[in-house]
Amino acid sequence: MQLALNGRSVFAYAAAHELDQAKRTIVFVHGAGLDHSWWGLQSRYFAYHGFNVLALDLPGHGRSEGPPLATIGEMADWIKRVLDEKKIKSAAIVGHSMGSLIALEFAARYPENAEKIALIGVAYPMKVSDAFLDAARRNDPSAYDMETIWGHAAQVPFSGNPNPGMWMYGDTLARLERLAPGVLHADLAACNAYAAGMEGAAKVKCPALFVLGARDMMTPPKAAQALAKAIPGSMTVTIAFSGHSLMAEAPDATLDALIGFFTG
Amino acid sequence: MAGPKYPGFDTLALHAGQSPDPATGARAVPIYQTTSFVFRDTAHAASLFNMERAGHVYSRISNPTVAVLEERMAALEGGVGAIATASGQAALHLAVATLMDAGSHVVASAALYGGSHNLLGYTLKRFGIETSFVSPRNLEEFRKAIKANTRLIFGETLGNPGLDVLDIPAVSAIAHEAGVPLLVDSTFTTPWLMKPFELGADLLYHSATKFLGGHGVAIGGVLVDSGRFDWEKSGKFQQLTAPYSGFHNMDFEEESGTRAFLLRARREGLRDFGACMAPMTAFQILQGIETLHLRMPRHVDSTRKVVAFLSSNPAVEKILYPEIPDHPDYALARKLLPKGCGAVFSFDIKGGREAGRRFIEALRVFSHLANVGDAKSLVIHPATTTHYRMSDEDLKKAGIGPGTVRLSIGLEDPADLIQDLERALGVAAKSK
Repeated sequence: MQLALNGRSVFAYAAAHELDQAKRTIVFVHGAGLDHSWWGLQSRYFAYHGFNVLALDLPGHGRSEGPPLATIGEMADWIKRVLDEKKIKSAAIVGHSMGSLIALEFAARYPENAEKIALIGVAYPMKVSDAFLDAARRNDPSAYDMETIWGHAAQVPFSGNPNPGMWMYGDTLARLERLAPGVLHADLAACNAYAAGMEGAAKVKCPALFVLGARDMMTPPKAAQALAKAIPGSMTVTIAFSGHSLMAEAPDATLDALIGFFTG
Repeated sequence: MAGPKYPGFDTLALHAGQSPDPATGARAVPIYQTTSFVFRDTAHAASLFNMERAGHVYSRISNPTVAVLEERMAALEGGVGAIATASGQAALHLAVATLMDAGSHVVASAALYGGSHNLLGYTLKRFGIETSFVSPRNLEEFRKAIKANTRLIFGETLGNPGLDVLDIPAVSAIAHEAGVPLLVDSTFTTPWLMKPFELGADLLYHSATKFLGGHGVAIGGVLVDSGRFDWEKSGKFQQLTAPYSGFHNMDFEEESGTRAFLLRARREGLRDFGACMAPMTAFQILQGIETLHLRMPRHVDSTRKVVAFLSSNPAVEKILYPEIPDHPDYALARKLLPKGCGAVFSFDIKGGREAGRRFIEALRVFSHLANVGDAKSLVIHPATTTHYRMSDEDLKKAGIGPGTVRLSIGLEDPADLIQDLERALGVAAKSK
């Protein structure tokens, strides 16, 4: 569905469903340089199983008008405005990578509006290497290569995609190549600069789930431990064979973790 | 700091799309010779049908063995994914049927395989899809032939049989200016000789029957999508950008972005037209792909030796091979095909049709049959076989004369091939 915020067009995938105020809402927030379709299988599942689903394109991504937002805090505030616009008082936020920081910050800033948060492929701090940031700043294609290769487990090019006939590296690259100049850098810089994670974790009042890939090169599980410990009662599911792109590399295991969290 | 590196072509040709079988540890790709796959429970079944979970349901739509071939080809071509089909012709049909309705129009190079010419020029016309054929060497003809209802530009990387080199960067620029994709038939070049997506093509397909398999035992096709064409921005492809009542009102572009074309091609095209690849065929073609990087250099090297021999033989009137300086596309070939121009080429024998007949019948190592890209060397007379339905005018446009003979150079000892050709040319010349 399309909506407008401050005169700019925003897209939210709802799997061809109308919002129903009687249903619980799950907001899906993508990672750096990506878009709503990264959540294809998982968002579709929940839309057809009794939830309102809003798989958002952040400003400057997918079908949402730019420019991209500069900080994780601004992104969390933007999600609140999307919910206000759709008259949704409380929602669960599921975020991947950069999106997981946004979910965390949303729960910290708006505890009364956060029903649950699921942080997938998260690390804190989420430091980005100088080489990666620099390549993205220059809009150099090597930045897309870094996100593609580091964004998947090392065995991905030598194993089968659960989605028949699809090539994960090619799919990621094709998505990144559609970005407007500067968007990937803005996202990476926002992740790199985010320094409110531990402070935010202390403010989280809702249930929190961590879904981590044991073979994640970008956000290895150990880099999420301190954050997980800082959110009392949080649960962690580690998927043994997955890298950073959990929704693509391990779609069923990721979905099952979310189903357990939202319906268990 | 050096950035991360992708695996090389040779490694992908052997490994992409498959890890050792989790159930048995089998290293080779298992042949999943099954029509269907057991659901875990009713909820799992419903989720697979509604695209909430990934997996296989029925082998017409997807199959684990076939999926390895699809993913491997997408990896070798640099695409987002691929769909394997019953033949190369089925791949072309699937591409057209996914993008077009009755009333649509294609602009195609005139230098096409005869079967593709038939499909576009006659068969699809019966279903309301018209094609304008243009010279592959005349860019202005491509531009002028585009109409408001044009939905695809199509050509072969190397035209059959005259080896016209398609200027993919220039033709793709014309296509994109008009908001339509460029589809290429990459059969003669394979990803080892050319990566059309890196040059600007949006979609490509192979007759996998040819060099990909290389053994001449299996018919198949593979359609690959680069994922780079923006269907939404084009605004001309309602098939991918508007809710489709034939599939739960799905808007394929909204649903899957870069995967929209393949999603509809698989979920509608394979579902309804049904021209899928059999698991055994996929296995056989995979055996060929695993040595593609070893076979192609040998094919090209032997072809160069044969071309050099024919160039100096007085019985030969003309050779159509882009590595010869007098070929019209010599300069373009050096730019687009630096590793070589493949192993299929044509030449005109002095004495026309009759000399050609005698030549073919005198050959002993070359097999006279309708195929190319086999490990064994092959020969055919296009005007009376592969292109026999084309008019004289169309034959001329495609660069085919009455005495044109097409060779596909295999992996035999090139000295034996040259000896065979020399003897047969002698027989043809003596009988004049």
